[in-house]
Amino acid sequence: MDDPVYVIGIGLISAIGSNVQETLNSFEQGRPGMRPISLLRTRHDKEIPTAEVPFSNEELAEKAGLATHISRTALLGTIAGRQAMLDAWIFSESGRSNSYRIGLVSANTVGGMDKTEDFFRLYLTNHGKGKLRNIVNHECGRITEITADELGIKDFVTTISTACSSSANSIALGARLIRDNQLDLVVAGGVDALSRFTLNGFNSLMILDQEFCKPFDENRKGLNLGEGAGYLVLSSEKALKALGKEPYCLLSGYANANDAYHQTASSPEGTGSWLAMKKALDRAGLNPGDIDYINLHGTGTQNNDIAEGTAIKNLFAPHYPKMSSTKSFTGHTLGACGGIEAVFSTLSIRHGLVYPNLRFQTQMKELPFAPETRFLKNEPISHVLSNSFGFGGNCTSLVFSGL
Amino acid sequence: MPEEENNITCDCKISNRVISKNGVDLFTRQDGNLNDFLISAYEHFRLNYPKFYKMDNLCRLGLLAAEILLRDSFKKENYRPEEVGIVLANSHSSLDTDLKYYETTRGFASPSLFVYTLPNIVMGEICIRHKFKGENALFIQRKFNPEFIQEYVRDLLNNNILQACICGWVDLFAERHEAILYLIEKGSADLSREQKLNPK
Amino acid sequence: MDELIGNLKKQIVQQLNLQDIRPEDIGDDQPLFVEGLGLDSIDALELIVLLQQQYKIKLSNPEEGPKVFYSVKTMADYIRAHRSGLS
Repeated sequence: MDDPVYVIGIGLISAIGSNVQETLNSFEQGRPGMRPISLLRTRHDKEIPTAEVPFSNEELAEKAGLATHISRTALLGTIAGRQAMLDAWIFSESGRSNSYRIGLVSANTVGGMDKTEDFFRLYLTNHGKGKLRNIVNHECGRITEITADELGIKDFVTTISTACSSSANSIALGARLIRDNQLDLVVAGGVDALSRFTLNGFNSLMILDQEFCKPFDENRKGLNLGEGAGYLVLSSEKALKALGKEPYCLLSGYANANDAYHQTASSPEGTGSWLAMKKALDRAGLNPGDIDYINLHGTGTQNNDIAEGTAIKNLFAPHYPKMSSTKSFTGHTLGACGGIEAVFSTLSIRHGLVYPNLRFQTQMKELPFAPETRFLKNEPISHVLSNSFGFGGNCTSLVFSGL
Repeated sequence: MPEEENNITCDCKISNRVISKNGVDLFTRQDGNLNDFLISAYEHFRLNYPKFYKMDNLCRLGLLAAEILLRDSFKKENYRPEEVGIVLANSHSSLDTDLKYYETTRGFASPSLFVYTLPNIVMGEICIRHKFKGENALFIQRKFNPEFIQEYVRDLLNNNILQACICGWVDLFAERHEAILYLIEKGSADLSREQKLNPK
Repeated sequence: MDELIGNLKKQIVQQLNLQDIRPEDIGDDQPLFVEGLGLDSIDALELIVLLQQQYKIKLSNPEEGPKVFYSVKTMADYIRAHRSGLS
């Protein structure tokens, strides 16, 4: 039997809230975060809705306690990471950070691209222009290091970049570091900020819905991009007792598999998704019938939803748990979605919540089930499965279990 | 739980436009650019995989190294697809292609370049080519840390998450390139655990 | 040979990096995807970029793709039907 890994702290920021309470209010009121683009400067601002975090860089810098020239990615990550550590009481008297081995495993896919874009716009018109401080934090790894410095984490710091499954993989690595007794506490999750780089890229793949996305709907037309950050604080049994914090739940299962089909498209039968879900359940010692809620990857693209849906059909038939895609609220936050949705999964267990899948109208004709459209409270939820699947065939599933 | 022995079955290195396997140089081409070198190597080793031409250089480098690593050394039939995984690290992520893609966004953003603007696509390409479906991880680190990778892979093998793993370093930016790949399999035990990944 | 079809073949080989295929090897009616030239969904998107760049034709609905990009000939027909100006 593996040693337990507890979730003892959560922190997040996204288009639907800059803390847990605001986020839950948005869910309850059915208020999505998508709007016309207002902060990112792009020629697509009229055509493509996104789920921007509704604060300028200056406002985020103030919240993060960082300088305004720091990449938006690092600002968002630092805000959510600090929230998670405060929530875990790590900064309290008994939890002074030097008493534990603490790690930060953070994911992102864009790095400091927003600042690099600012630099190049000036530099390309005049090679004497552009501030070099805008590009020194370009690399994905630098973003994590800025946050680690701010949070005072030194024992272990690393960055994972595996597309849209990145931060789910961070959480899996965090759990392993604890089980392997290399660390006592791990802040694990991820962050991504919107950039023209990703907006233009996803637009060139023609998978952006020009309206608000409709995950798992027969008439879905693509995804909406979002931004944000989400982190869990994972803890060993020993650290949990010393901190005296009541845990939210256990991270009971995690698995990663490769779909081995195409650079960006999922296989029609969702082989990789099936393998990730199955192996995560196996690791948790659970059967499909034990799962009470699935937080879907559910991007709203034709390809993802049919592949993921087919894999769920093949694994769960004939009894399907409640499920929904919270990307109908937050948009697809890419390298952050695994972390943000892990926070949602944790809250689902803590408060018995099932989140609504907004704008769902028509069941997909290939699937014998439909997502939940209501916000449900006080449901008996013991086990939650959270899916994060990324380009490169990288598929990860996490399982959270009540205590 | 007793730790089982894991064997480093073989290694493949590509740097300074020289390809070697298990310490033996197999191919080099010094004239032309990196692109020419990668294409010549593809032709020399007769990969017969036209998709190679469409990949970005990071994927070509990784795919080529994996191909040479596995050829004549790996018995695929001994494993189920989900038992074979890949763990890589690099320092330049996908920066080489990021810049090429970024150039196109001033006109028409190129979808075929955009799909390579993620460093983990190289693992995806290797998985597609060899039908590996096990766990993947890619770390972005300042320099190759063989102890870290070896520890990570040991954990995957000892916990039966994988039975065989391709691991190492695949880094590329502009003309600079370095691939150091190892095949580690759950061993039959004669080689010892003291065996270390040795990038030198 | 039809000049448009000849040009299209060269442009396809170049745009899609088909280094192992000569333009003249592509048949006018040969299917471009899967069983034919073996192109995939990303190639389809590149062909959309090609139409935009070289012929100023915007294919905004990707669902039209399979019909338009069935073969070099169907692409040429589509370009002729949609090309603006006098040529």
